[in-house]
Amino acid sequence: MNPTPAAIDLQSVTKRYQNRAVVDDLTLTVPAGETLILLGTSGCGKTTTLKMINRLIDADGGTVAINGVDVRQQEPHELRRHIGYVIQDAGLFPHYTVAQNIAVVPRLLNWSATQITDRTHELLTLLRLPETVLDRLPDALSGGQRQRIGLARALAADPPIILMDEPFGALDPITRDDIRQEFKQLDVFQRKTIVLVTHDVREAFALGDRIALMDNGRIVQMGQPDDFRQNPTTPFVERFLEASGY
Amino acid sequence: MFTFLRENAAKLADQTLTHLGLTFASLLMALLLGLPLGIYIARRKRVASAVLGVAGVLQTVPSIALLGFLIPLLGIGAGPALTALFLYALLPIIRNTYVGISEVNPTLTEAARGMGMTARQVLWRVELPLAMPVIFAGIRTATVINVGVATLAAYVAAGGLGEFIFGGIALNNTNMMLAGAIPAALLAVGFDLGLARLQRVRWSGSVGGDAGGASGKKRVATGAGLLVVVAVMAVAWPRNNPHRLLAGFAHEFGGRADGYPGLQKVYGMTIENRLLDQSLMYEAIRTNKVDVISGYSTDGRIKAFGLTVLDDDKHAFPPYAAAPVVREATLAKYPELQPALDRLNGRLTDSIMTELNYRADYLHESPERVARGFLMKVGLLQPAIAARTGQVVMGSKVFTEQYILAEIYRQLIEGYTTLRVVSKTGFGGTQLCFDALRTGAIDFYPEYTGTGLLVILQPAQATLDSLKRLPGAKQPAAIYSYVKAEFTRRYALRWGVPLGFNNAYCLMMRQTDAKQRGIRTLSELTRYVKGV
Ligand SMILES: Nc1ncnc2c1ncn2[C@@H]1O[C@H](COP(=O)(O)OP(=O)(O)OP(=O)(O)O)[C@@H](O)[C@H]1O
Ligand SMILES: [Mg+2]
Repeated sequence: MNPTPAAIDLQSVTKRYQNRAVVDDLTLTVPAGETLILLGTSGCGKTTTLKMINRLIDADGGTVAINGVDVRQQEPHELRRHIGYVIQDAGLFPHYTVAQNIAVVPRLLNWSATQITDRTHELLTLLRLPETVLDRLPDALSGGQRQRIGLARALAADPPIILMDEPFGALDPITRDDIRQEFKQLDVFQRKTIVLVTHDVREAFALGDRIALMDNGRIVQMGQPDDFRQNPTTPFVERFLEASGY
Repeated sequence: MFTFLRENAAKLADQTLTHLGLTFASLLMALLLGLPLGIYIARRKRVASAVLGVAGVLQTVPSIALLGFLIPLLGIGAGPALTALFLYALLPIIRNTYVGISEVNPTLTEAARGMGMTARQVLWRVELPLAMPVIFAGIRTATVINVGVATLAAYVAAGGLGEFIFGGIALNNTNMMLAGAIPAALLAVGFDLGLARLQRVRWSGSVGGDAGGASGKKRVATGAGLLVVVAVMAVAWPRNNPHRLLAGFAHEFGGRADGYPGLQKVYGMTIENRLLDQSLMYEAIRTNKVDVISGYSTDGRIKAFGLTVLDDDKHAFPPYAAAPVVREATLAKYPELQPALDRLNGRLTDSIMTELNYRADYLHESPERVARGFLMKVGLLQPAIAARTGQVVMGSKVFTEQYILAEIYRQLIEGYTTLRVVSKTGFGGTQLCFDALRTGAIDFYPEYTGTGLLVILQPAQATLDSLKRLPGAKQPAAIYSYVKAEFTRRYALRWGVPLGFNNAYCLMMRQTDAKQRGIRTLSELTRYVKGV
């Protein structure tokens, strides 16, 4: 029997900078539809791990596969058009209007103008944004709105996989909580495979199906939120949770 | 000024068009190379400093030196002018493209790649639009630089508004100068404002998606098309027919009544000619780009470049005998000055002065050494007297001969009197030097009779004609006495005894060429040109 391959599969992945392993022999499997949180202190290798999934960074060792296909066998830009990508502070293009920002990937995929308009309006409704923002430049939006547009842009072409690097990092705690709640309730979130990077334990517990806690380029504990609460495996995990008030 | 404009409207229009053509053709070439190069070095930081360094050095090469270097390679006309302008425009374009692209937030380019853009799409859709304000600023800078530098095209017979500007400066004709300078300044300001406007129009709103890429390509295509037109123009530029003689004239010579127009009147000579910068002409004749050039009869380069001076057998050129001009007040205060100056009486012949100029210009001997050698040879070198009882201030204009004369005077005066000589060398022109003398800022400077007559005194046409009517051989003495009398009467300035040489206008050819064609005098040149 041949089980369906995992959506994302990292096997013994290593990345070195100046001979220092920033990601060290890391193995990680994300089944389709799961939300996996990469949690850890600053500099532990979360972003590097994330970027190796869509080949913004190439691994020095090990393999990364998406739906069972090694990423190195695919054109990087083709690969990325089918993986949503959300980054801290949204990373919206300042010279594009909101509408143009949302349309970036559909355009790359040669969607028709009507298809793009329809999808754009769908996303505005989904993310509860007013139509009036469409013609504005990102500079004329609030931080929370920018974050939603960043998410809309990642969702635009309806990719099955979404990578998110501290998507709520730039927001104040209250807005952050609100948006997080909203996201959690979105139907799309339930269906998609998501890898979300954060160093915020609350966020990890609120959003994650599973959490991988990283330290020094390695995963120190992996499991569901309850496993962490009830059964921290190492003193580091305990300290990490305690420092965040758990 | 307005009369001048009215009378020269066609010429002004023509010059303005040429000026614009030169500016934009060179700018386009600079864009075609500079933009891709700037983009390239933004990707390879390692070569960036080398490329920017080279472009920066090019920028600092003085324009005259650059043109002088280009003449042997490209001849005279549009070729060297376009090339020089192109080289000057490169730095701002390369640098601003490089800076503009380098300064694009790396998060954004990474986001763009993360969305699935190819390297080319990232460039056209994200990097170039975001870098465009900076790149555009560079293009603006380059345009303004080029509008200014394009005036120098007149140095190499490539036309443009510089013809009026340098003609006006050379001829001391303010109207002519302003007729070139004001339009040039207006063009610079106009383009600066225009481009600033264009920048706002073009890049707001229209950049979404593919529009940027498509219109960018269209622009490049337009640029390439224009470049082809320019290249065709350059090829079609009149070539030097080997059987016909081509003359290169300094702007001053071409326009002054006692220059080429005088030749036309006295000899009936019409020779195909281009206006060139004085200091670039020698390079042009050496490399056979022109066959006849105007110049001064004691120029050291005559010897250095193997040229021969054609004999002015009908005395078309007024004499320019050199002599010191001194304030009478100074002479009264220091009676010992006059005898010291007089010692040079007739000692410096044409050939000696040419030789001295040659030593300074081509053997790179210091004027001080050249002067000492000369004084020693004629037995006038005295060790300087130690005690100093007074001081005189000596001026000179900015060319080698004047520097040498100044040194000769300094050593002579300090050897024969107890006066200290302070030199203020480097007055930009006759008028400046003369004004300094009248106001007492300097006490004396070496001047030429022809200059005194035509530039300072500017007598009525009748007076000039009466001097001109004298037999050629008698003119030098007559002009000297006229100038001397008038300077004393009008300005209380005294002309000392002539030094002996005559630094007059002359036409010269390559020695071998002149011999081959059997041309020794201006009459023979006139006949030769008519014969072909
Ligand atoms: N291009 C690079 N060259 C050298 N070192 C790098 C490079 N990129 C990242 N690093 C190093 O690798 C380590 C891991 O970086 P990474 O960005 O993955 O951390 P992170 O877990 O995302 O941290 P943070 O929470 O602060 O974003 C850090 O120590 C960082 O300094
Ligand atoms: Mg990070």
